[in-house]
Amino acid sequence: MSTLSRRKLIAAGLGVSAGGTGLGVAASLARRYGLIPPDHGGLYGPGETMTYAAQRLLTRHSMAREFSRNQISKSPFPNGDPPQDVDYKRLQTGGFADWRLDVSGMVAEPTSFSLAELKSFPSRSQITHLACEEGWSFIAEWIGVPLSHVLKVVGTLPQAKYVVYVSIQTYWWESIDMADALHPQTLLTYGMNGGDLPAGHGGPIRLRLPRQLGYKSVKYLTRLIVTDDLKKFGKGLGSSSPEGGYAWYAGI
Amino acid sequence: MAGARHSAFVRITHWITTVCFVALLVTGVEILISHPRFYWGEAGNALTAPLFKLPIPASRSLVPTGYGYVLPDQNGWSRALHFEAAWLAVLTGLLYVSLGLVTRHFRKNLLPGRDDLSPRALSAQIANHLRLKPAADTTYNALQRLTYLLVVFCLFPLVIWTGLAMSPAIASAFPFTVTAFGGQQSARTIHFFVSIALFAFLMVHLVMICVTGFRSRMRAMITGRARPQMENA
Repeated sequence: MSTLSRRKLIAAGLGVSAGGTGLGVAASLARRYGLIPPDHGGLYGPGETMTYAAQRLLTRHSMAREFSRNQISKSPFPNGDPPQDVDYKRLQTGGFADWRLDVSGMVAEPTSFSLAELKSFPSRSQITHLACEEGWSFIAEWIGVPLSHVLKVVGTLPQAKYVVYVSIQTYWWESIDMADALHPQTLLTYGMNGGDLPAGHGGPIRLRLPRQLGYKSVKYLTRLIVTDDLKKFGKGLGSSSPEGGYAWYAGI
Repeated sequence: MAGARHSAFVRITHWITTVCFVALLVTGVEILISHPRFYWGEAGNALTAPLFKLPIPASRSLVPTGYGYVLPDQNGWSRALHFEAAWLAVLTGLLYVSLGLVTRHFRKNLLPGRDDLSPRALSAQIANHLRLKPAADTTYNALQRLTYLLVVFCLFPLVIWTGLAMSPAIASAFPFTVTAFGGQQSARTIHFFVSIALFAFLMVHLVMICVTGFRSRMRAMITGRARPQMENA
């Protein structure tokens, strides 16, 4: 190519190396400030990283919109049936009196809570929107104990970075960073629209995370693990969603 | 550069946008078929009456479609690529608009002249287009200018805004981005219609390129140069 002179080539080389250095600096800053999601690798990693970093810079402390009582959806869509296995059915027959929520990992006092114990903690009620990644949504009132309160009770260690949470359907597990775990609207819900949380909506306990899509709001919650390293869980991508091709951070 | 039909920044941003747009279109369709129903307001789901629904099967079994089968579910990678392409398109668009202002590209090449906007001049242009008569001018005609301005400054911003309005985290920090449309489901419905408008633009754009000479137009948008005799052909 006759138009590509030596000078242009050198300028381009300098530009590329400056750009590369800039990216390197940006990456190490992003790591320091916790702006890199666990599923940052692969073809779609750059997009996931941009989204998570932008959201953490812009919306770390924002509050999900809360609605008025007359905006509550008449027909909240449960999206599937509750677990059909004998364990769940047995617990359900007993009014979930034997349901336990185990909290372990980087905490001062690993504890197993009963439903009654969770209900004895200060509760919070909020009317929020649940949006599914498919495109549909509903608005409901959710009643529960803020996750931050339970984390305070067990004494989260200062080096904790994430909370992993697991359904009784063990293939469904998720994790969130501490910004979301300590957010006042992140609830361990046991009530919905004035009554007990229906089985179809994740009863007895569903983690509600109104600033992210529905698949992060894990149903039939049985375990919480506080950690500083998501690589130890599953394939190391942060949760079961990236293993199935979905984003770990679903605030989009 | 004298003789260049399209400046380098226009050509580069054009082709990046082209790649992003095709990716957004394909993945948008894949995302859409997981729930081909539309609602108005804040909320809507399979148990709610839709505003309208598309007469197509869905990729999820719990959506009522009237079909006895379910399409392959491609939502995972489609969403990832949709958002990655959206990031690249938005950054490219910001670069394009900044350079377009700095180089006076919009003023020189896209803002129509006052005379071109008279009803008489416009109707003559519309008649020429409907007869698929190649334009004799070497610069954009008034209809082209108006269409490009509409796409760059109305349709793209609107499709980005309605896309962001579907994000629960964006909605939490900037509620007016959602309430301006009357709710998250309204934003989704408008996102769909603006995408249709952009797709219609793409189709007309491609037809016009073929009518005015596919090879010369492609050469102009790739190399920046076009032979004058080809221009008027």
